[in-house]
Amino acid sequence: MGVPDMPQFHLSEDDLLDYAAGRFAQPFAVLIASHLTLCPACRRSVARFEALGGLAVEAAPPAELDPGSFEAVVARLDEPEPAQTLPPATGELSRLPAPLRALVGAAPAWKKIMRGLDEAEIGDGRAGVRARLMRIAPGCAMPRHTHGGREMLIVLDGGYSDEIGTYDIGDVAVAGADVVHRPVADAREGCLCFAVSDARLKLTGPIGRVLNLFIRY
Amino acid sequence: MDTASSPATTEARQLALWLGRVAELRDRAAFAQLFGHFAPRLKGYLIRLGCEPGVAEELVQDVMLTVWRRADSFDAAQAGAATWIYTIARNRRIDRLRSERYPTIDPTDPLLVPDEAENADQGIETAEREHSLRSAIKRLPKEQAELLHMAFFEDRPHGAIAAATKLPLGTVKSRIRLALARLRKELGPDGSA
Ligand SMILES: [Zn+2]
Repeated sequence: MGVPDMPQFHLSEDDLLDYAAGRFAQPFAVLIASHLTLCPACRRSVARFEALGGLAVEAAPPAELDPGSFEAVVARLDEPEPAQTLPPATGELSRLPAPLRALVGAAPAWKKIMRGLDEAEIGDGRAGVRARLMRIAPGCAMPRHTHGGREMLIVLDGGYSDEIGTYDIGDVAVAGADVVHRPVADAREGCLCFAVSDARLKLTGPIGRVLNLFIRY
Repeated sequence: MDTASSPATTEARQLALWLGRVAELRDRAAFAQLFGHFAPRLKGYLIRLGCEPGVAEELVQDVMLTVWRRADSFDAAQAGAATWIYTIARNRRIDRLRSERYPTIDPTDPLLVPDEAENADQGIETAEREHSLRSAIKRLPKEQAELLHMAFFEDRPHGAIAAATKLPLGTVKSRIRLALARLRKELGPDGSA
């Protein structure tokens, strides 16, 4: 594979600002942190926005601490640290950047959704935010669909093409309610991706409308 | 207009040195200095973002303990001490508010794509970069600086800013975008102006 290519499709500056400010729900933030792992350019933007946060802390009016605040912290300095270790990555999971691997855990529960498409739900879907890993077979086309709310998707392995372009590893697609598309997975490698949405997808077209009844997309 | 050796820059260098001493030498005196500087500011910052004082106090203690434990992951070439501590406070606050972990990149991730531009950037000190950022914000048009302030320093969502300024939401968003574009232009590609 050699030197990894830089992603071509990025997050907008306002999304990066919101990430730096801590405003995204966890699954969206995980997707963004995954892109940042693979994209030095967006990482530089986030570093700049986080520096704004540093200035905000510096500029904040100092508030009086509780009596004994410092001593309380000092008393805990020698406490053993809770260990945080990621499960060892093998196979497909080794394609997941660390923030995503931490969210996914050791064994995603893959389910066959339709011919050529497997999905694994990630997380508890709280606050109406739905996250899933998707595995699309080489050359396989997904039903044409549109998005009820906001959807973000990042390619982790392989790639896909749609009306907008060709998406490779690290590329992010952000779709709103106005986008209807029909992605086709890379003919040789297929596509492994992570998608987060805050509303149900709607399939369009005659077959799609029927599938809507059966598939909790 | 302050220069690169302004008091703020000198202070930023000192804070980074103390953090380095905590990481390398487990220096408790240096930690006490960091605590004295950051803990009251962090508490003020968290209260301004809407935390109850009791919760802010707990978070501050938690953040400072994390500073002690994670000091070795502070990289003075990447960020200033205040910026690094800001990210810890941001993450802790979200963990507490939503009981979920706010994800950040792992610098040791084997998938991490290294930054080629970083080598070209090495001559520029973090303290100087942050100095440039401070002065770039001062040069922003007042309304843009104010919007950025509300969006970031006070953590008001765009909708709340629109209500406070009586501007349509679309206008708020596009002005924040303008402010960001202006900052980017002021700072240049490597953030050093
Ligand atoms: Zn990017």
